[in-house]
Amino acid sequence: MAMMEYIDAIRLAMKEEMERDESVFVLGEDVGVKGGVFTTTKGLQEQFGAERVLDTPLAESAIAGVAIGAAMYGMKPIAEMQYSDFMLPATNQIISEAAKIRYRSNNDWNCPVVIRAPIGGGIFGGLYHSQCPESIFFGTPGLKIVAPYSAADAKGLLKAAVRDPDPVLFFENKKCYKLIKGDVPEGDYTVPIGEANLLREGSDITVIGYSLPLHFAMQAAEELEKEHGVTAHILDLRTLQPLDREAIIAAVRQTGKVLIVHEDNKTGGIGAEVAAIIAEHCLFDLDAPIFRLCGPDVPAMPISPPMEKFFLLSKDKVKAEMLRLAQY
Amino acid sequence: MESQGTVDTVNRHKQLGLTDGQVIDMYRFMQLGRKYDERSLLLQRAGKINFHVSGIGQEAAQVAAAFALDRENDYFLPYYRDYAFVLSVGMTTRELMLSVFAKAEDPNSGGRQMPGHFGSKRLRIVTGSSPVTTQVPHAAGFALAAKMQKKKFVSFVTFGEGSSNQGDFHEACNFAGVNKLPMIIFCQNNQYAISIPAHKQLGGKVSDRALGYGFPGIRVDGNDPLEVYRVVKEARERALAGEGPTLIEAMMYRLSPHSTSDNDLAYRTQEEVDENWKKDGIAAFRTYLTGLGLWSDEQERDLAAEYNLELKEAITYAENAPFPKPEDTLLHVYDESGLKGGA
Repeated sequence: MAMMEYIDAIRLAMKEEMERDESVFVLGEDVGVKGGVFTTTKGLQEQFGAERVLDTPLAESAIAGVAIGAAMYGMKPIAEMQYSDFMLPATNQIISEAAKIRYRSNNDWNCPVVIRAPIGGGIFGGLYHSQCPESIFFGTPGLKIVAPYSAADAKGLLKAAVRDPDPVLFFENKKCYKLIKGDVPEGDYTVPIGEANLLREGSDITVIGYSLPLHFAMQAAEELEKEHGVTAHILDLRTLQPLDREAIIAAVRQTGKVLIVHEDNKTGGIGAEVAAIIAEHCLFDLDAPIFRLCGPDVPAMPISPPMEKFFLLSKDKVKAEMLRLAQY
Repeated sequence: MESQGTVDTVNRHKQLGLTDGQVIDMYRFMQLGRKYDERSLLLQRAGKINFHVSGIGQEAAQVAAAFALDRENDYFLPYYRDYAFVLSVGMTTRELMLSVFAKAEDPNSGGRQMPGHFGSKRLRIVTGSSPVTTQVPHAAGFALAAKMQKKKFVSFVTFGEGSSNQGDFHEACNFAGVNKLPMIIFCQNNQYAISIPAHKQLGGKVSDRALGYGFPGIRVDGNDPLEVYRVVKEARERALAGEGPTLIEAMMYRLSPHSTSDNDLAYRTQEEVDENWKKDGIAAFRTYLTGLGLWSDEQERDLAAEYNLELKEAITYAENAPFPKPEDTLLHVYDESGLKGGA
């Protein structure tokens, strides 16, 4: 085990995959000489050269579309979108192309592309450097979507994404880059795509979510146990598509009370589908209505500090909602 | 067979490195594309199939381009009017008929996609979609792979002049220009984007756009297959020499309506269409071959009979072939070879 930052785990996953398989390459804006605006790809161009860590023109649809073409040929591209807010010019390539290539060719062609994009706010990024666009891509069959919570999962999920024969969107949380440190197993391992992860066992309430807000839930759970004797059962979805239905159902049945948390806005978010799965399968297991704590339904996160703080989830907000659920 | 030139007809293909046999083959593929297309229109009018989108008027350029490529190694990203092109690189009329009838055995999509949405890994025809011009960045991706892996192939991508306005065209051209990719970007300017004439689509020439991306842009008469062959061959040589992409704008005319759902006389005149039939590249090529003594009326009759029979057999086969099983709708969303993750 090595203690490392979330961003280092992402970088290490790319480095190891590029060492393992020469068809793996990275492309995107500023990924090469600069090493990425967040330093996610720092050092990779020195090690692997300018062709395999390719600085591209500023054009997201080309970054995605070229990666898709290379992937169909048999390469294993990792395309970086500098901010997930800027990946919308590439949505046609991602949704109309990558997601449908296997299906429309009746399994003749496939598209093993990975598209990495930083999500989330809390960095004073304003409307266009803070978004969580998961719900735009969620519900597009053919795509896999992962969103790691920990450094260990970030590395293992990215390695699994690179080796996956289908397109994977890898939503890394930019607030987690430096904030989150954790033990990362040494050497080569993958975290299976499609499997949720139980972060904490408890018997009073269940929290289901992904990415940064689960850190708030974990901190809140410790405090609630000490202060109120409430124990929380916390499930990290890890893979948003396809959702691990069995794990969701099992986690809800454990306590009969469920809070869903995510930073993406509430309406039409991942949580809406999780709630629907619970409603379909767990109606008679529930002892309380399904709670959801999400970003507000406003277009995006404002930059002004009090507004950003209002928008964002926090340990205190999650804790208050967990307690309200426990006391329901 | 050595061709017999007449006083009126000068042999132009020999100096391009094309044998008499090859130009006759080119003509045969042009006619095959035409006959296939005409027959599909009839099938739709007869209510046998739901839809056909036509490439009539574009066959000469399509076949010429195919013959200038390495049909054993290059990767092809055609668009939905490229019947004569895909036939030239190895697709069969039976396979195309299986596609229009949406049958399970259709190699393009197993009956999933509209006709004209080609794809065949075996033939290195890359699967395409309906949102136009998305294939141009893909072609850059194939060309990037060729460059990275030091493989001697080019990617060849086609689209219409209307689609050349899409961002993906421009983003991919720029990407290919910056990285000097082995790629041939082939615009089939057939003068219409459904009903919108070229002068309402384009403020200038498509070919001139290449200047801004740092590589040659060439406008060529798409009704002159030998000229198309020459420019595509040169573009391929440049690509393999590491000199980067070439944009080719082949000028032609869409002689048929946009699709079987379109009434073209609502936006253009019969006189205009008739005028353009006179410039048909296939007829001109036949005249050329006949002038050289390479083709005769008798051969034309034999070819028509041969293709009638071939198409009849293809239609019979496709009509009788089974549809996909309804529940096969659920297959191939993800890899099903054992990895967890299928929905």
